Amino acid sequence: MTVAEFGKAVKNLKGKRAPLTKKQKREARWGFFFLSPWMIGFLLFYLLPMIASFAFSLTKFNPAVPDETVYIGFTNWIRAIFNDKEVLLSFTRTIHFAAISLPVGLIFALFLAILLNSENVIGKTVYRTLFYMPSMIPLVATVLIWNGVLNEHTGWINILIERFTGITAVGNDGLRWLADPQLVYFAYTMFGLWGVGNAMIIFLAAVQGVPTELYEAAQIDGASWFRRLFSVTLPLITPVIFYQLVLSVIGSLQYFLAPFVLNQGTGFPEGKTRFYMVYFYKQSFSFFNMGYGATLAWLMFIVALIITVILFGTAKYWVYYATEEK
Amino acid sequence: MTKKNIESRKPLPKKTRDLISSTLLTGMTWGILVLFLLPMAFGVVTALKTESQASEIGAPWYPASKAAYEYEGKDYDMYLVPMDGEMKEMALIQTGRQESQFIDPDNPEAGLITWEGSWRTLERSWEFDPQWSNFRSAWETVNFPRLLWNTIKYAGITTIGAVFSSALVAYGFARFSFPGKNIFFMLMLSTVILPGAVTLIPTYFVYLQLGWVGTWLPLMVPAFFSWGTNVFLIRQFIMTIPVDLDEAAMIDGASPLRIFFSIILPQSVPALTAVSLFHFFWAWNDFFNPLIYLTGNADKYPITVGLTAFNRLYSQQSNLIQASALITAIIPVIIFFFAQRIFMQGVVITGVEK
Repeated sequence: MTVAEFGKAVKNLKGKRAPLTKKQKREARWGFFFLSPWMIGFLLFYLLPMIASFAFSLTKFNPAVPDETVYIGFTNWIRAIFNDKEVLLSFTRTIHFAAISLPVGLIFALFLAILLNSENVIGKTVYRTLFYMPSMIPLVATVLIWNGVLNEHTGWINILIERFTGITAVGNDGLRWLADPQLVYFAYTMFGLWGVGNAMIIFLAAVQGVPTELYEAAQIDGASWFRRLFSVTLPLITPVIFYQLVLSVIGSLQYFLAPFVLNQGTGFPEGKTRFYMVYFYKQSFSFFNMGYGATLAWLMFIVALIITVILFGTAKYWVYYATEEK
Repeated sequence: MTKKNIESRKPLPKKTRDLISSTLLTGMTWGILVLFLLPMAFGVVTALKTESQASEIGAPWYPASKAAYEYEGKDYDMYLVPMDGEMKEMALIQTGRQESQFIDPDNPEAGLITWEGSWRTLERSWEFDPQWSNFRSAWETVNFPRLLWNTIKYAGITTIGAVFSSALVAYGFARFSFPGKNIFFMLMLSTVILPGAVTLIPTYFVYLQLGWVGTWLPLMVPAFFSWGTNVFLIRQFIMTIPVDLDEAAMIDGASPLRIFFSIILPQSVPALTAVSLFHFFWAWNDFFNPLIYLTGNADKYPITVGLTAFNRLYSQQSNLIQASALITAIIPVIIFFFAQRIFMQGVVITGVEK
């Protein structure tokens, strides 16, 4: 869904329609018939639960004793926004981690795409497959494998760092990737690299879609390789970068699996990995404070919405669309 | 930098320049790839080690066990003994404070060799000895057959439901015009990026009331009501099927339902395959939903949750953890190698055309 299509759809909403003919009515009925699984699903699994979630956020509610549910107004909201420091802390941690992992992930994907698009790399399809392959591995297994390779005593990463740089990396005084609060986000970022496949393939397809005339024209004008990259390739694929950016931002707000697998949500080390979603899980499914959990969920929804709107707002300054109509 | 250097030296013919940059870029790609896949090699090597090797000081990086030598019906430990300026692997027969008796396995006829010095300062000799049985013990300890069966059931049933319902909805979006279609389409796409948490608590509560928590139903039923990304992908594909076919069938009196089954579905097989693969692996990797709805019902765990529980219990046994992680990884990877073309095309459609 491009920004342009979005705008077009909004424009279409404004126009008044003529009343439907009999044939059109028949067609519309069939349309709704085929849409019915989605419509029922949307109602049952999205719209009603969202409204109910908001209603739950105004209560003190434990699913084990539903009869004791009491309406408490905006108490949960006040607690979440003003009194519960952990909400802001866990949100800050989430943003801090995203600020490291998101750019690294996107730039790595883009870098691979440009590298594997180069005519000077021999055997591109093989590399493409091999770089994509780890994306297929279930994230739980990825986390466990990386947890091993980053182990401060026996992991190869530290052993290699020590061998090649001479820095003390192995052992208790070395690089304790998962136990050192300064390093843990970098370790988690490395897990994420194994999921580069999708973004890489998408960027690769986008790079290949850039018309060759543009490169030829740039080359005639004497543009260097870097100039061509920054003035032709990157601007032309900004729509795809934008789409990936939106998806990854929303995804990283919900980051949950790695800390849960590695420390069951204790936040080890020093609470650094108690991200927002982990905190939401703890409140809702460990303490069963579901009224408060619903509040936290709604807060996340609002934040995600604001971020998405901001991103779409910045789109017109940096996202390039050749023509408004497709 | 290299590129500039090459360009400034004009005399180099284009062929040579291409050769140099090919070598450099291919070499760089290789380097990155080796680093990128290094953890996997680590996993394999660790999975083949004995449990004790990890904690031994001086143990080699590859899977190995301490060498032993059988002499006159008994096993003796092998040590690295400095002899005549080189290290010799010998079996320690008789220990002593000042000197010890060794046997040279290459030449046992020579009899006991006396080495002066404290045998405690000597290093053990290791031999390559992969423990393939670790994979079997991981397979049995984690109870992989049950986890796999659960995962296949979860992924299989939801894939059928999600793909079939999504195809119906996609057909509706692709071929019919009706009021509000654009709004519905936008709403459907926006559910893709909606954080799941915001609907979770009321749905959990409803499932709890229905007695569904602890069963597969909360994981499977929603799949039958279509799935945003799937609908989008199939719709894009259906739009490329010529409408003439539909119209011809319509003139012959076929109902839209008939057209869906006998024209649209058979024509969309490529898209349906891609979507099926996506959904299958999405479910295969799903962790959060089974965690929420199946916690405490270990006999229903899919692979992801089962593996996490195993990691919690056996975190000290890194060899078994790595072996079980690799077993978990191998099935999707194998399927990927066979179906990679379909897969990557699907990724491109969802990613670029949106």
